[in-house]
Amino acid sequence: MVQTEPESSPTVGLDIDRKVGLTSPEATLNAVFEVENLDVYYGSFRAVQGATFTVYEHEITAMIGPSGCGKTTVLRCFNRMNDLIPGARVEGRVDFRNVPIYDPRIDPVEVRRRIGMVFQKPNPFPKSIYDNIAFGPRVTGMAKKRGDLEEIVERSLRRAALWDEVKDRLKDSALGLSGGQQQRLCIARAIAVDPDVLLMDEPCSALDPIATTRIEDLMQEIKDDYTIVIVTHNMQQAARISNRTAFFTAQLDSTTDRRCGLLVEYDRTETIFSNPSDERTENYVTGRFG
Amino acid sequence: MAVSNTGVDAAGDFSVESLTANPRQARKERLIRDSLGATALVSVLISALIIWSLFSEAWTFIVEVDWGSVWDIGWFPRRGIYDIKTLIVASLIVTGIAMMVAGPLGLGAAIYLSEYARPGVRKTLKPILEILAGIPSVVLGFFALQWIAPNLVASLFGGPAAGSLLAAGIGVGVLVVPLVASISEDAMKAVPMALREASSGLGARKVMTTMRVVLPAAVSGLMAAFIVAISRALGETMIVFMAGGAAQTAVYTHSAREGSLTMTAGITSLARGTDNVVGEGLTFQSLFFVGLVLFVLTFALNLVADRFVYKVREQY
Ligand SMILES: Nc1ncnc2c1ncn2[C@@H]1O[C@H](COP(=O)(O)OP(=O)(O)O)[C@@H](O)[C@H]1O
Ligand SMILES: [Mg+2]
Repeated sequence: MVQTEPESSPTVGLDIDRKVGLTSPEATLNAVFEVENLDVYYGSFRAVQGATFTVYEHEITAMIGPSGCGKTTVLRCFNRMNDLIPGARVEGRVDFRNVPIYDPRIDPVEVRRRIGMVFQKPNPFPKSIYDNIAFGPRVTGMAKKRGDLEEIVERSLRRAALWDEVKDRLKDSALGLSGGQQQRLCIARAIAVDPDVLLMDEPCSALDPIATTRIEDLMQEIKDDYTIVIVTHNMQQAARISNRTAFFTAQLDSTTDRRCGLLVEYDRTETIFSNPSDERTENYVTGRFG
Repeated sequence: MAVSNTGVDAAGDFSVESLTANPRQARKERLIRDSLGATALVSVLISALIIWSLFSEAWTFIVEVDWGSVWDIGWFPRRGIYDIKTLIVASLIVTGIAMMVAGPLGLGAAIYLSEYARPGVRKTLKPILEILAGIPSVVLGFFALQWIAPNLVASLFGGPAAGSLLAAGIGVGVLVVPLVASISEDAMKAVPMALREASSGLGARKVMTTMRVVLPAAVSGLMAAFIVAISRALGETMIVFMAGGAAQTAVYTHSAREGSLTMTAGITSLARGTDNVVGEGLTFQSLFFVGLVLFVLTFALNLVADRFVYKVREQY
């Protein structure tokens, strides 16, 4: 668990950010991700162009925008998940706590150990509930003793508000859980390796409203320990839970003649929803998109 | 008002008659159904006849044979010595060796193709594998006899250059590599990408993802691959006949370095288009008995394989 605190935290002295400080008194905001001029290509197709923004520690940062505007693509740059897609290529700078993660010397596996990910569709392994949670600690060699592992499993499940529901059937298959429980299991599984950041790609899109509420509550609860970046197509959700919102849209790219994602506006969530500076943002958040 | 103005009412011909099937159309449908049914029936009938003839001749053998001659020193059917264990053991040895060759090679190839090969590489390798699966077994038999036996087996293990169970087993192994590889690869490809992403997202390296996520999730399909390959190896005839190192008769052996007859080779050796086979005591019937043993073994394996293939569909 290397959770390096940057020695000199780059404080952001904007007025906007001080307001966030009201919720956590001593906060001077640390940047977790700094993205600059990010371009992402799938083969020759440019999916995202020129995104620049900063994700701050212990905040929930939401990414919203119409489907196909590159939200998932950008999210998957944060833990180099795009490396798994043949032909995907990233240009520009993505710094994670001041380390450029696309530097050739960086091992993407090491990056992913520090940055957990929760996917759109719950994807538990076809293993027992226990083995699902224990998977990460096992493969990363975190648990030295058997007792350690049991402790990690319990702690992670408690953290994900799932312990009481599954404590009597840890050996049962995770596939027997409901969709909402499966998604909380996936959150618990991500938490089990003690990451610094949690990336969530529309984690509630396959869930019913009650399960969605539970996950949203869960996010609020754990954000003091983690930094969360969440993609959502649900604007109310972004408004409810996030501190900051990035609005993406897709625009025709004259060089490839296809639609390419770009970051229109990034600001505090309140500002994005009540007083956006870009007309496209305003149209989108007021439902007049088109 | 109550009368709605739908098209049907307007047309005025919405009645039982208008909804009754056209008799010619109905007759045609029935004819098609019946002739298709007949073709299905013919194939079932043929199988039933084969099984019947197998059973009836084998039954004669079972009833009339002196059972002491079925557990003896070897397979000498013309002399009334029908030691079935010679053939069964030889078959098992050849199959075992074949799987020792095809298991690792086929599984390795499948893992490479499914998990490691870049799409371009995979696109070229997969068809090559399928071509390999199409090589006639007589070609591999000749290869086993002419190359594997003298060059590999004789020089490495000191077996006879003229053929041995080992040479035949390696030949059969080469034959079933594509089978193992192709079914295993299908099973692994069927494992959802989402599981690999979940694993990578937790900081697992590729080997770990393959070993701990993909292979366990594909295990039913992998079992199916192995069982299909085993039953193919058990039934393989030409390679063992050519390179097995024995003709017509065989003394019992459980050494892979020696020559012997498998069940299939035993049948082939005797039933080669001469009528010598007929009329020498139970020689003729003994072949059906061997055939029955082979049939039962293969049938049981296929049942087991079916169960695994069925289970693979239920997973994830
Ligand atoms: N693996 C891929 N290969 C090729 N194109 C992709 C791939 N994944 C996404 N894209 C394309 O990139 C664009 C952005 O996709 P995505 O990031 O999934 O959008 P969003 O999550 O905002 O809906 C879309 O045009 C999509 O078709
Ligand atoms: Mg998406």
